[in-house]
Amino acid sequence: MAATVLAIILQRNLYSVVVLAGVYSFLMATVLVALDAVDVAMTEASVGAGISTVLLLGALHLCGGEEAKPIHRPWLPLAVSLAVVAALIYGTLGLPAFSDPQSAPHTHVVPRYLKQGPQETGVPNVVTAVLASYRGYDTLGETMVVFTAGIGVIALLRRVRRRKEPER
Amino acid sequence: MRREPVLRVVGKLLIPYTLLFALYVQFHGDFGPGGGFQAGVIAASAIIFYALIFGLPAARRLVPDAVVETMGALGALIYLGVGFAGLALGGNFLDYFVLDADPVAGQHRGIFWVEIGVLVTVAGVMLKIFYMFAGRGHGLDER
Amino acid sequence: MSFASHYSYWVTVLLMVAGLYIVIARGNLIKKLVGLSIFQTSVYLLYIAPGKLIGGTAPIVSDLFKVYSNPLPHVLILTAIVVGIATIALGLAIVVRIREAYNSIEEDEILQADQGADRGAGA
Repeated sequence: MAATVLAIILQRNLYSVVVLAGVYSFLMATVLVALDAVDVAMTEASVGAGISTVLLLGALHLCGGEEAKPIHRPWLPLAVSLAVVAALIYGTLGLPAFSDPQSAPHTHVVPRYLKQGPQETGVPNVVTAVLASYRGYDTLGETMVVFTAGIGVIALLRRVRRRKEPER
Repeated sequence: MRREPVLRVVGKLLIPYTLLFALYVQFHGDFGPGGGFQAGVIAASAIIFYALIFGLPAARRLVPDAVVETMGALGALIYLGVGFAGLALGGNFLDYFVLDADPVAGQHRGIFWVEIGVLVTVAGVMLKIFYMFAGRGHGLDER
Repeated sequence: MSFASHYSYWVTVLLMVAGLYIVIARGNLIKKLVGLSIFQTSVYLLYIAPGKLIGGTAPIVSDLFKVYSNPLPHVLILTAIVVGIATIALGLAIVVRIREAYNSIEEDEILQADQGADRGAGA
């Protein structure tokens, strides 16, 4: 994945950048399956590599496919990026170790969901049970976000058809 | 692309199976990975595939703009309807266990309708966004 | 704390900063949006990696398995993925409108056109 991201940074032809982004998305979905996140992997593969690529290609068709040569030297952004890397790595030293059953995410409310979720909702897939039943409000908000995005795109991109009669 | 025989044949084979797979993912979201979002995106991508091969006007005849826009709003209304049904039948907003005599069956019913709402909204919105982007360059957008 | 126990966080940090670098260092608007989506996917990794238990399985309850990975981050990240694509779709719509208004999607040329218009209007 690091190689794909490096190629995306250095490539200037935008069509290949879009294809590389789709490849990156599929690789991320594979990593997510290795981390046991099967629902998330399916969503990331279909949304990231499917719809995202289609929309980027549609926008590229309307905008032109080459990136101009950068005229500024990239020293300041590189310095800022390295400083951010150092700060974040220092911050992650305090996070729990990989696969630690006693760490904070695995205690508190999750054992209750795993034990009583299938009994209370009758649905073996705990992710669907939590998404649709225990945290149904969040999913309502997410559906509203998708709907708003659709309205936003319609508002930005529609053209009002002028009446033909006055032009005759 | 309409004239390429390979693309047309492969499209005619794949598109019905993709739509069927979207329905499978939707209804088996309870027992395996899946659910409303994945199914909505897969259904939209089947119609997008049809539009890529047979042309945007053909896809617009198949699924007109009015239908797509209505789908986007209808799914959100279904979700809210389930919420208000919970309110009307005695529980709090978005309570599922009041929807049936048996609380677990009520949960099943609530989750089923909520996922249908999500599927309809996501498929409608993704398809409408594709129509807007694809129709912009050729003057095929309307309204 | 060893290298293996925090390796996933460092991968996340590197991907995040790569996305950030694309957003701040490249002038092309569509490339910035691709960098933004790379940034978002690195955040998904940040949430899901601590939820994994070695020897566990996907959080679908069945009689054959005893240890499950944490389902709660999966729910959050499902929402985050869908919101991310809503953002990218709206961003691309704005880029298309900018292209039609300025005939370019390079940040430098757009800023020059704006400053030229301001100077012309103020003079």
